[in-house]
Amino acid sequence: MSAHVAAREGAAPRAEWKPRVVAFFCNWCTYTAADLAGVSRLKHSPHFRIIRVMCSGRVDPQFVMDAFARGADAVLIGGCHPGDCHYMEGNYNCLRRFHLLQRMLGQMGIEKERFRLEWISASEGERVKTVVNSLVEDVVRLGPLALPGRLREWDREIDHLEAAVSERHEEATSHAR
Amino acid sequence: MFEPAQQNGSPRIGFYVCHCGHNIAGKVDVTAVAQAVARFPGVVLSRDYKYMCSDPGQQMIMDDIREQKLDRVVVASCSPLLHEHTFRTAVARGGLNAFHFQMVNIRENVSWVHDDPADATEKAVDLARAAVRRVRLHRALEQKKVPITPAVLIVGGGIAGIHAALTLASAGKKVYLVEKEPTIGGHMAKFDKTFPTLDCAACILTPKMSAVRSHPNITLWTYSEVTKVEGFVGRYRVTVKRKPRYVIEELCVGCLECIEACVFKEGKFYDEFNQGLGKRKPVYIPFPQATPQLVLIDPEQCIEFKSGKCKKTCAEKCDRDAIDFKQTERIEQIEVGAVIVATGFQTVPSEKVPFYGYGRMPNVFTALEVERLVNASGPTGGQVVTREGKAPKAVGIIHCVGSRDEKTNRWCSRVCCMYSLKLAHLIKEHTGAEVFNFYTDMRTAGKGYEEFFYKVMDDGVHFIRGRVAEVSDWAFTPDEEGKLVIRVEDTLIGRVRRVPVDMVVLATGLEPGPDSQQIRRLFNMSCSSEGFFLERHPKLAPVDTFTDGVYIAGACQSPKDIPDTVAQAGAAAAQVLALIDAGSKELEPNTAYIVEEECSGCKSCIALCPYTAISFDAARKKALLNEALCKGCGTCVASCPSGSIRQNLFQDDEIFSEIEGLLTPVT
Repeated sequence: MSAHVAAREGAAPRAEWKPRVVAFFCNWCTYTAADLAGVSRLKHSPHFRIIRVMCSGRVDPQFVMDAFARGADAVLIGGCHPGDCHYMEGNYNCLRRFHLLQRMLGQMGIEKERFRLEWISASEGERVKTVVNSLVEDVVRLGPLALPGRLREWDREIDHLEAAVSERHEEATSHAR
Repeated sequence: MFEPAQQNGSPRIGFYVCHCGHNIAGKVDVTAVAQAVARFPGVVLSRDYKYMCSDPGQQMIMDDIREQKLDRVVVASCSPLLHEHTFRTAVARGGLNAFHFQMVNIRENVSWVHDDPADATEKAVDLARAAVRRVRLHRALEQKKVPITPAVLIVGGGIAGIHAALTLASAGKKVYLVEKEPTIGGHMAKFDKTFPTLDCAACILTPKMSAVRSHPNITLWTYSEVTKVEGFVGRYRVTVKRKPRYVIEELCVGCLECIEACVFKEGKFYDEFNQGLGKRKPVYIPFPQATPQLVLIDPEQCIEFKSGKCKKTCAEKCDRDAIDFKQTERIEQIEVGAVIVATGFQTVPSEKVPFYGYGRMPNVFTALEVERLVNASGPTGGQVVTREGKAPKAVGIIHCVGSRDEKTNRWCSRVCCMYSLKLAHLIKEHTGAEVFNFYTDMRTAGKGYEEFFYKVMDDGVHFIRGRVAEVSDWAFTPDEEGKLVIRVEDTLIGRVRRVPVDMVVLATGLEPGPDSQQIRRLFNMSCSSEGFFLERHPKLAPVDTFTDGVYIAGACQSPKDIPDTVAQAGAAAAQVLALIDAGSKELEPNTAYIVEEECSGCKSCIALCPYTAISFDAARKKALLNEALCKGCGTCVASCPSGSIRQNLFQDDEIFSEIEGLLTPVT
């Protein structure tokens, strides 16, 4: 784990690692549920930050990628239950993108627990608490994702490879001469 | 890739963090937040204040805008769902565009849900950083105004719908009142008396019912259902299905001679209005004072519909030729500016509490059945009798049936204590029987309610504190022979008791109506966890919903008695009047738009829009977005491969900057 933490250059060194979860909540169901969790004083993990969007359908896959690339350890999308979308079907569009994106992230080595889509209705304040807590638990178990550090490593690798390739190319052309 | 945000040199951001008394400051170190934010780029001023939403708080923002030449404002306080509008207005009054503002939720999302002050403070700073980064990119926006059609749809013709309809109609507004039953009146029409005054329900309700019928501004459609709702605040297009009565409304005068003439000499079918305690014919009127005073035919039961071989004596008898066996359902289309949903409740089905023996033991009654029994116009003419027709000598009323119980419903239904007292009084008055009330707690909060409780105690009604375990007909002693035995732990004397009675009344609680989920979807409302419709704010917007122009009243929002229902119906009507009389409503400017030069004409957005707001201009090979139809979900924005669709208030760069702000390490 300590190697991971060291690799996680995207974040300034802190005494201890704290998970960072970015949550995109739709205005009508899940954001309202989070408000209800507040009004009901349902204590839960502080290691997540909500970004409010009007609909889960607004969550561009780029937002998710960007959050990971900037150091999020997990991303959560919260939307209305199927059939309950304030905009009729935005949540279905989100679901489709979610499945594609989850597979793609998997190929980049991002565990599927780190990217979740949950349906939470306006009345389910309790569910905000349990979902957030279980997600944070998963992240703690998995450890830091440290993608910014990894991306830099990959960039360095590619630089090396490119350098090697162009060196060989130069050699080859000089031989030909 | 993104349009440059409107910026005149470097931004001048004012940041305010609210203590909210101790609500925020008790957990979040607001001074530390203000200090941290003061160091963020672009922030020229960072303050903390006790109550930002108060008048001095708002004044501070306005003064700072002028004196410090702020061009952006961020307030960290409660949920934007609560006070975003308040602060936008303050920002606008200070001379800025209302949308050069961003709100940070550090109460519902932080101080109320986190225990550790250090974590809470860190989170508050992160959220503030995201908002500060975001607000720099905010564009000036104009709010579109939509005109409000001065007509209202009211769904549900119980006392709530009736009261709201009359209020609006007398203010000169056009009202469409839609009721699914053949008559208006709802549950209240079934009651004999109302607590605590014991005034006759019919005497206060039926005049209002007839006023609805005769009011020139009210179109009353009973036996009808809303099937489709389109549009938005100010202009909802509503489709109403009017089921066939097989009686021509315009011709029927309610003389009821067809009922008399029906080939069925006696009533044979379950009489819904009397909870099945009486029988009715296939051609019937729900009750004598039904409004509208029109008969209807049940095609499931009428011989003509089943075999086509009836003598049709009803039609022969009708000298106005009002009976029409060929009538079909009618579809009406209306346009209204606002909607009040007042669809009421249902009582908890007795099957949910099998240990009280309803349906198994004939003399276990529901409270609604007893309402009909005590009613002078009920099936027994006001006589409270057992199913065998005998007057009971002892009656047990079991409170909290399907209420305050984890096995059924956890909530208190609020009305059962009082209606049980009322029934206890009426049963005693009608029969002289000994009446036992088995209660959990007596909840008699309301004007004159506690006094009524004492009056009923003075009447000699018995009160036993304890939840009834079961009702059985198993006699242990000779005096229990032929009786219903109520077994209960009397928690005041600490003993299990067996109380033999002739009649048991179940004070069934209130729960959401059977079609509440369909209604919720129809009007795009939310429900609270019990399934009652969710109000926009429990205290400050109790009759508003999250859908603009849709209001709720009565027991569809939560269990409530008649006085509270009428008050709420009045409130809903007042909200509608405010909306209509304002003439127009400002819409949230979060609509999408297309930057045409960047559109590649791929058409991927077109199929995604549920409102068909996007079309394709084949000549120019560009997508066209109709802003009037756009509701601002942003789904198309997220799907556009070329990034040419943008959404006001939720621009890509604004959200990216929020992500960046959240994930920037604290230095």
